[in-house]
Amino acid sequence: MTPDIQRPLPDRNPISAPFWERADQRVLALPWCKKCDQTHFPPSPRCPYCLHDAFEWRPVSGRATLVSWVVFHRAYWDGVAAELPYNVCQVELEEGPRLISNLVGAAKEAPRHGMALKVTFTDRYPDITLPVFDAA
Amino acid sequence: MIDKSISGKYAVVGVGQSAYGKFPEKDDFHLAADAFADALDDCGLEKDKIDGLAVCRLPHYGRMAEILGIQPRWTLQVPPHGRMSGVSIVEALAALDAGYTDYVVLLYANIGRSRRVQYGGEESPGFWDPWGFTSMGAIHAMMFREHMERYGTTTRQLAEVPVAFRRHAVMNPAAVMREAFSIDDHENARMICDPLRLLDYCLINDGAVCLILTSLERARDLKKKPVVVAGVGAQDALVNYSYPQHDFWYEPLTKVADQVYGMAGIGHDDVDSLMVYDNFSPTVLFSLEGLGFCKRGEAGAFVEGGTLGLGGKLPANTDGGHLSNSYMQGWALNVEAVRQVRGECGERQVPGCETVQYVAATPCTRSIIYRAA
Repeated sequence: MTPDIQRPLPDRNPISAPFWERADQRVLALPWCKKCDQTHFPPSPRCPYCLHDAFEWRPVSGRATLVSWVVFHRAYWDGVAAELPYNVCQVELEEGPRLISNLVGAAKEAPRHGMALKVTFTDRYPDITLPVFDAA
Repeated sequence: MIDKSISGKYAVVGVGQSAYGKFPEKDDFHLAADAFADALDDCGLEKDKIDGLAVCRLPHYGRMAEILGIQPRWTLQVPPHGRMSGVSIVEALAALDAGYTDYVVLLYANIGRSRRVQYGGEESPGFWDPWGFTSMGAIHAMMFREHMERYGTTTRQLAEVPVAFRRHAVMNPAAVMREAFSIDDHENARMICDPLRLLDYCLINDGAVCLILTSLERARDLKKKPVVVAGVGAQDALVNYSYPQHDFWYEPLTKVADQVYGMAGIGHDDVDSLMVYDNFSPTVLFSLEGLGFCKRGEAGAFVEGGTLGLGGKLPANTDGGHLSNSYMQGWALNVEAVRQVRGECGERQVPGCETVQYVAATPCTRSIIYRAA
C-alpha cells in the first residue's frame, strides 16, 4: 500500500460494475454477447456487433501481448503526483479486445512491442484492486 | 460518394483572425467578433448578405449571431474538437451546394490559455482513468511508441517536424512562439509523456479564426482573388474509439486520399504546400504515410533533412502550425492555406504556390485541397 498515491476511481455504473466487481476478486473478465457470442470492450449497453443487450461475463486467460506503452512525467490528477514517473501500457488480450493498463515487474523494466504478458493484480492503491500486466 | 461536381464551385473569400496569445480580459465571443471583423474587411462583403453560421468551441450560436448582428437561415454548432474544423468546412460546402446558405461564416474561438484548460484529468473523465491514462497527448505518445517499435522511427526524426514548424513561426509576426530551436534542443526538452516531450505538444493559447465561403460566381464580386475548394475527402474511424488508433489512421487516410486527389484531379506532386494537423508532432508523420507522400512506416526517413521546411520538398504548416503559431485546432491552418494560394505570406510565402492541401488525421479524418480559381 502506498497511501500517498490515489488513483482516480472507476465509474461503477450498471454497465461497467461487473468488470470492477470481478477485478475486486482478482479476476479479469470480459462481457460475451448472449446472442452472437462475441466479446467487446469497454463494456457497452448493447453488443456493438448485433445490438443484443444481455451479456455473460467470463474470466479470460490473462494472456496478452504488449502493443505499446508510455511513461507519464506529468500528473493530471493531484493523487498521482507522488507516483511520477509512472507507465501506462496498451495490451491485446488473447481473446481479442485491447486493454489500457500498467506494466509491472520485468515487463516494466524492459518493455518490447509484441512481448508476451500475463495479468496480475496490484494492491498498491488503497481504494482499488487493478489488473496490471507482467512478463509471461 | 461525395459528388465530384462540387470541385471548384465554392470559394473561401474571406479569412480573419484575432490576436493570438493570452487575453484574460476577453471572452470567446469577443475574440470571435475580432476575427469576424477581420475576415469581413478581408473580403469586403456586406455583412447583411451573410445567411449561414457555423460555430465551434464557442458557447452558443445564438449569442454569437446576436453579437455580430447576423440573421442566418442555416446554423450549425459543433463540439470543441479539432477534427471539427475540417468537418465544418465540408458541411458548409454541402449547405452551399444545397442552397441552404449563399454566404456562410465559420467561427472558432479558444480561451483555453487564460482559463487554464488542462486537456486531461478531471476535465475529461474516461474508462482508463484508474490506470492513470488521460489526455490526447498520451494517446499520441502511445501511438508513436508503437510506430517506433514497429518501424524503427526515432525521436530525432520526429524532431524534424517541430523544428521545421518553429522556423516558419519565426517568419510569422502573428505566431505565439518565435524562437528557433534545434533537433538537440528537442531531444533535451522536458518529457511530458515519454516518448513525447514538451516541443511535441501543441501550444495552448487564446485566439479566434473566421472563414467566409460562397460560390465562385459570387466570389468574383469580392475584394480578393477567390481560392476554390478543388477537392474534399472524409472518413471517420469511430469503431474502437476508446483506444489509440491501431493503424495510425492509415486506412481512413488512404480513403480520404483517394477522394480528395480524385476530386481535385491532381496527385501528390501537385501539392505546393501541406497544412497538416499537428496537435502532436507524430500526427504529421502518420498523415504523410496515410496520404501516400511516403510509404507506410517510412515517414521518419521522409522528413529527415528539412523536407517539411520552406525550400524543402514539401513545405508544411508555413504559419508554424499548432506547435508554434497558434492552437486554433485546424482553423488557422485553413486560413494559412488560403493565404498561401493568394500569395499573401511575405517572408514565409511558398514561391509559385497554387495548390495547398489541408489534412487532419483524427477520428474524423478530413482533407481539403485549395487552389487558385
